Amino acid sequence: MNDIYRHQNEPWWVRRASGIDQVVRYAGVLSILFGVVVLVVLFGQALIEGFPRLQLEFFTSFPSRIASQAGILSAWVGTIWVIVLCALMAVPLGVMTALYLEEYSSRHLLSRILEINIANLAGVPSIIYGLLGLGLFVRLLALGRSVLAGAGTLALLILPIVILATREALRAVPHSLREGSYALGASRWQTIWHQVLPAAFPSILTGIILAVSRAVGETAPLIMIGALTYIAFLPQSVRDPFTVLPIQVFNWVSRPQQAFTANAAAGVVVLLGITLTINAVAIWLRHRYQQKI
Amino acid sequence: MLAKDAVYARRVGEYAIEVLIKLAAFSSIVITIGIIAVLMTETIRFFQEVSVWEFLTGREWTPLFSNKKFGVLPLFAGTAITSGIAMIVALPLGLMSAIYLSEYARERVRSILKPILEILAAVPTVVYGYFALQLVTPLLQRLIPSLSGFNALSPGIVMGIMILPIISSLSEDALRAVPHSLREGSYALGASRWQMVFSVAVPAAFSGITSAFLLGVSRAIGETMIVAIAAGLQPRLTLNPLVPIETVTSYIVQVSMGDTPTDSLEYRTIFAVGMTLFLGAFMFNVLGAWLQNRFREIYE
Repeated sequence: MNDIYRHQNEPWWVRRASGIDQVVRYAGVLSILFGVVVLVVLFGQALIEGFPRLQLEFFTSFPSRIASQAGILSAWVGTIWVIVLCALMAVPLGVMTALYLEEYSSRHLLSRILEINIANLAGVPSIIYGLLGLGLFVRLLALGRSVLAGAGTLALLILPIVILATREALRAVPHSLREGSYALGASRWQTIWHQVLPAAFPSILTGIILAVSRAVGETAPLIMIGALTYIAFLPQSVRDPFTVLPIQVFNWVSRPQQAFTANAAAGVVVLLGITLTINAVAIWLRHRYQQKI
Repeated sequence: MLAKDAVYARRVGEYAIEVLIKLAAFSSIVITIGIIAVLMTETIRFFQEVSVWEFLTGREWTPLFSNKKFGVLPLFAGTAITSGIAMIVALPLGLMSAIYLSEYARERVRSILKPILEILAAVPTVVYGYFALQLVTPLLQRLIPSLSGFNALSPGIVMGIMILPIISSLSEDALRAVPHSLREGSYALGASRWQMVFSVAVPAAFSGITSAFLLGVSRAIGETMIVAIAAGLQPRLTLNPLVPIETVTSYIVQVSMGDTPTDSLEYRTIFAVGMTLFLGAFMFNVLGAWLQNRFREIYE
């Protein structure tokens, strides 16, 4: 956006006088690089520390009191259970809410209240969702410390993210598309189902992927609802107790023994690998879609 | 006849879908009511046994010991000091990144750097906690020998790195909303780019940048895992960043991991402190959103 101000056309003495500009520019680049360097160092250190543990047995063993035999089998299986169930709950609900706000509601007070409410929910600290899950799912609905309670808690947590992303996607669909559909005699739902949703699909998917990535990394709310750290079996149904990857990592990080630090590092590598991959996919998807428009 | 039926069926279908979607839309209201109801019932029961005054002004927090004291100030101090350090790290770095991305970087450079920066916000917080405990604390201990293994400084700094992309991206939005005419006017008066940035663009985007700051604070006070792992679990009324402390959030984690009986006064403390956390974050969010809307109204 600033190309018109670029100083290639300015004489050299003006360029030289803008030494402070160079300082500001480099300060900006350094600020961004600082974060990037931190990320690289973090990943590198965890990789070095955890590399000896990153064997096949690490993925196929249950947690153990003996650090060298402990693995993340119950953790990654639990993560898959919880995330799939969480997405099944949050995605339809979130997309439908966004559809209501963008396609159905007229701009009256009610939808305004809904909008403010959703924006505020997105800012509620995740640990508060843990307290909600504890009060609502574990105690009131008596689901106990089950996969279902965990997935429900995370679904509430990512619901505002799904709603906001879907609304953004729906808003980007041009109005002419809807009008064309109506002109051909389609009803409102036919227009949404056959025109609007397919057009918005890549953006909605990007938003859902990012929301799921958030759920994969969440630890605190699941600790609140009592996801256990030592689970030496795999959940067979949604009513079974469970553990997830971040909780397993947390458990290993908090142990004083040096041997478990290597396990924690290996867990960090796996967790970082998953979230970075998910985010790369989302960025790639967004990029591809933007080029199409 | 057949056509009539089809039209009728379609109308019913349309209506059913509309009802379903409306119901879904209200789920978010139900969640809000749920949060407030859960927090309120347990908080009220807590305050039936402990006075509000004692809770808010007490200087000792020992609900898990036999000599129970319910003064929440040490937890507030812990949250304040870690969040404060995080903001000291995140605000200058985030603002400089935003200025660079909005005012200096070419579009191509920006489209590469911005997603990279945003990945920092996607890193799971438990990973940041590992980072603070295993890497940053030992590193800082070489510089400050008196730093204890658990402290507020290291998780504060790491939290700042986590918040950096939020500050940067919101500040950048604010800077981009400043109309070009303002910049052109400044250039016409002979300002160089940095003079324009610091005397026109940043002041014009000030409320947006403040809003970014407030939303960052809200994120910092709610952050849990980094402090639970690296700050220690010792409630202490101090502003010394070198000693172990406990924050509001890490206290909640500590209780829910232990074997505190669920229907006890000790257990209800987590809902009471959770309520203060909820209100605190809510306050910063509302203030931030209000400022954000204000600057939008002026320039659009």
